[in-house]
Amino acid sequence: MNNKTRSPLIHVSKRGLLPWYKTWAIRGAALVLALVTCGLITSLVTGQNPIQVYGAIINGSFGSPRKIWVLLQNISMLLCISLAVTPAFRMRCWNLGAEGQALIGGLAAAACMILLPGKLPNWGIIACMCVASVLAGAVWAAIPAFFKAKWNTNETLFTLMMNYVATQLVAYYCVVWESPKGSGTIGVINANTELGWFPQIGSYKYLLNILIVAAVCLAMYVYLNYSKHGYEIAVVGESERTARYVGIKVDRVIIRTMLLSGAVCGLAGLLLVGSTNHTLTTTIVDGRGFTAVMVSWLAKFNPIWMILTSFLIVFLGRGSGEIATKFGLNRSFGDILTGLILFFIIGSEFFINYEIHFRKSGGKEG
Amino acid sequence: MFDFISFIPRAVVQGIPLLLGSTGETLTEKSGNLNLGIPGIMYVGAISGVIGSFFYEQSPNFAPLPAILIPLGCCLLGSLLMGLLYCFLTVTLRANQNVTGLALTTFGVGFGNFFGGSLIKLSGSDLPSVILSATSNAFRTSLPAAEKAGVFGKLLLSYGFLAYIAVIIALTAAYILNHTRVGLHLRAVGENPNTADAAGINVSKYKYIATCTGSMIAGLGGLYYVMDYASGVWTNDAFGDRGWLAIALVIFTVWRPNVGVLASFLFGGLYILHMYIPSGMNLAVKELYKMAPYVVTIIVLVLSSMRNKRENQPPASLGLAYFREER
Repeated sequence: MNNKTRSPLIHVSKRGLLPWYKTWAIRGAALVLALVTCGLITSLVTGQNPIQVYGAIINGSFGSPRKIWVLLQNISMLLCISLAVTPAFRMRCWNLGAEGQALIGGLAAAACMILLPGKLPNWGIIACMCVASVLAGAVWAAIPAFFKAKWNTNETLFTLMMNYVATQLVAYYCVVWESPKGSGTIGVINANTELGWFPQIGSYKYLLNILIVAAVCLAMYVYLNYSKHGYEIAVVGESERTARYVGIKVDRVIIRTMLLSGAVCGLAGLLLVGSTNHTLTTTIVDGRGFTAVMVSWLAKFNPIWMILTSFLIVFLGRGSGEIATKFGLNRSFGDILTGLILFFIIGSEFFINYEIHFRKSGGKEG
Repeated sequence: MFDFISFIPRAVVQGIPLLLGSTGETLTEKSGNLNLGIPGIMYVGAISGVIGSFFYEQSPNFAPLPAILIPLGCCLLGSLLMGLLYCFLTVTLRANQNVTGLALTTFGVGFGNFFGGSLIKLSGSDLPSVILSATSNAFRTSLPAAEKAGVFGKLLLSYGFLAYIAVIIALTAAYILNHTRVGLHLRAVGENPNTADAAGINVSKYKYIATCTGSMIAGLGGLYYVMDYASGVWTNDAFGDRGWLAIALVIFTVWRPNVGVLASFLFGGLYILHMYIPSGMNLAVKELYKMAPYVVTIIVLVLSSMRNKRENQPPASLGLAYFREER
């Protein structure tokens, strides 16, 4: 009788907590596999030997001091937006609207730079920019949060839609403020007077951004791990019911966390407009709002690990860009490689969270 | 006077890719998978079709029937592979759906633009696009009666065959979801996989089939865009944000493909409204009109959650991976 009910060939069960070095070993293995695959594919497409391909990847990021600075700048911007979405994610509130929130922050900063000169001194303009962008980002995130808290409106879809509303709003102002007339773009704002431009530290153009983001990173780490708010976020994320039983006001936590999330996104927009590009376009955030989701998730929502994961993504992006230019492929090749690597890393999470048992040959145990 | 006779067919043609995309995504979401990779899948579907027909057009004996079947087959195959990848990662490996979907979109858009760019290089044309007019003519063949039937013919009969197929697919999907046992099981899987599993429904199988079918339907949307709407001209990034608009349409129709038929035409109309509104020299206002589909979607999303009617809610387990041993 008993022989007829066979246990399944593969049985998957949940793993306990792995020690951190094992989890990172699994991720490392996935990354190596991914890089080997990418190298093979690139070699097939270009006919170059893989060593040259990897050389080009490294050269794309570390080839010259300028490239290193650009690398650091890109990491800091991506890290900033990843940090912004993290508190919401810890609460299991999928804020996919970082793109729009950063864009609105940038719009607010640009508005100050365009409208305020002549009315305020330079420091006043910069102060207004800071306040306006952070507020704008926060408000943009608070709208979906309010409906989520009040009527449990699906925040993933809501924030996603808000991105495009923001994009069109920026497109509108790009035409309104266009200069030169008829170009449909804003161009560099205050190119002669440099009003509202953030100060440079020494001769390093990007250093200010990097320092600000480093400070935000540290603050976010402390906030999430060592503050009462951070604890409340974690409880709401684990179980909303538990949170309610212990007396946490869930709707208030949701709105507060999303406000914070949006405010940091607004800060990212501010840095992009005020400190880096000094202009505003609809593509200024460059998809970072979506990449940030992956960065944050790969680091398991830990701000310190996020430095590593955002480095990884930016490094690969710039490296594959270099491959594309060097071997005469088009730039989208980079997206294909990034996508492939992400698939490998996403897949590897399975082996961290689950164990596979094969059926024992005797077949006695169930 | 607003020119409805020319506006409506253009709105419909705009709407068909959205209709296919949203029908595919609705099927997928009904199984509990929130596939944010749809924009990428539509790109892959489109470029796979383009690759197929690009090489077929260079063969000496060109006939309309294979000219349709080859791109169609390539498109279905390409989008099926994308769907399988998504399923493998989220259903078998239980990865996070949002992250997987976004990665799939990055990959798909890159895939489309890379091969699009390579084909442009191969064709050696001066323009930054691949032009497949012969294939496109085959796709755009409409009934001969369309010319003779006047206004009626222009509004109803002037489209290529894929447009009618899109409507048929949407209506069939609605019927299957609401009036068959398979549809009932699928909805059960999306609402509460634990219960479905206990009732003896193979959750993984349903998720796989629904998601892969959904991907293939969405891929057709990309193919329709290139072959019919764009007259066989592939330009990188021309497809734009239509994939996200398709996801918006799913919410707008509160997960009902039959509503999607008319709603997609409405969205198509909203998408091109800015070309028809006389705004004089004020170009800026046109940008605000482009916001319309998204704002409308947000309003629907908010209203349906406020009214909190059970049948208008997203599938209850949308976005969550199912693991049997986790209770």
